[in-house]
Amino acid sequence: MENSRRRFLKTAGFSILGVGAGSMLIGLAPGPSEAAGPAAETKPVFVDRPDAKHARRWGMVIDTRGLDARTCRKMEEACHSIHNVPDHIGKFGNKNHEIKWIWDTEFKHAFPGQEAEFLSDRLENAPVPVLCNHCDNPPCVRACPTRATFKREKDGIVLMDFHRCIGCRFCMAACPFGARSFNFRDPRPAIEDENPEFPTRMKGVVEKCNFCAERLAVGKMPACVEASGGALTFGDLNDPDSDIRKLLADEYAIRRKPNLGTFPSVFYIV
Amino acid sequence: MNDKNKIIAGLIIFFVVLLFPFWFNLIFGAADAATAPEPELTDKAKQAETCVAETDYMRTEHMQILDQWRDMVTRDGKRIYKAENGKEYEASLSNTCMDCHSNKEKFCDSCHNYTSVDPYCWDCHTYPEETE
Ligand code: SF4
Ligand code: SF4
Ligand code: SF4
Repeated sequence: MENSRRRFLKTAGFSILGVGAGSMLIGLAPGPSEAAGPAAETKPVFVDRPDAKHARRWGMVIDTRGLDARTCRKMEEACHSIHNVPDHIGKFGNKNHEIKWIWDTEFKHAFPGQEAEFLSDRLENAPVPVLCNHCDNPPCVRACPTRATFKREKDGIVLMDFHRCIGCRFCMAACPFGARSFNFRDPRPAIEDENPEFPTRMKGVVEKCNFCAERLAVGKMPACVEASGGALTFGDLNDPDSDIRKLLADEYAIRRKPNLGTFPSVFYIV
Repeated sequence: MNDKNKIIAGLIIFFVVLLFPFWFNLIFGAADAATAPEPELTDKAKQAETCVAETDYMRTEHMQILDQWRDMVTRDGKRIYKAENGKEYEASLSNTCMDCHSNKEKFCDSCHNYTSVDPYCWDCHTYPEETE
């Protein structure tokens, strides 16, 4: 009895050693999964469309002097319809689930801390369109744990990869401008006319203005700029000869909450 | 030690139960096993003759291609895909793939259902019939 147990343990021990060493050797050998498939052999080539618009840092100047409520509605309508932004208020009267990429507010809400005591009548009542500022130092990007929100190095646009967003809403807490909205429910029932060329979102992701990256890629200007009747100017902030820089050289323009150091790329002439 | 019969009977029952899925499938499964699906091509897809890659490759690797497309378009903004056959395509599921393969039910779903995969592409991307 004693003897056979001893022998059994010995054999078992050696077998385990053998199996362990064997699997280690197998693990060291190059696995078949790493063998190159067709995709790995030739690197796929992607290029820009020839008519794409390029810039080092896209920016926008909003001239509030040329804006009235009706133009603001038109801009909002243009943006929200092409981007399949759901209208939970219009459809279900549900204010809590509102999604917005661009909307207008009052001067005192857009520029807290910068309001004058005796603001001119015009500014007191003028609608101020607000949207994501595509900050040069965006806190939302730093907050995002999945890199679903990122700043595109080539042109400074702060974009979202909706595929990747886990809906943690850290970015919403980090953004000091309230530029982001969360899809508390399936957005599709609240979309009047779906634009088949742009995806919708799903329940549980955050969304915001994308500076019309998909339009710039095909050579078009942002939809709100086109709908603004000239009140909005869009261009390259890093190019001293661009329209937007010339405008900024001529006019005094302010930005929202400059003291926070996010360096917005959206400027306001007030 | 006279339980030999009991042990053998027990062992037989044990193995019969253990191998249940195999013999069950052999006896009853063959009759109504789902036949491999034949995804249907639209006229437009037939006319195009080639997809962005060989059919066999597309069959097994289309998800990898879509992944690449997604990353290039959303991250780098590069929207044109130069295929190995020399043609250029807009890298877009809704606007390129679904333009030819506009019959999602008979094309995409036929295999996806058979292999029991449930891709969430269409939670966000639209397909032709849906928007009509
Ligand atoms: S405005 Fe908000 S969401 Fe837009 S880049 Fe700045 S911090 Fe991010
Ligand atoms: S909600 Fe989405 S985009 Fe925002 S921080 Fe979380 S993962 Fe990033
Ligand atoms: S730039 Fe484009 S996405 Fe942003 S508010 Fe204007 S229309 Fe909407």
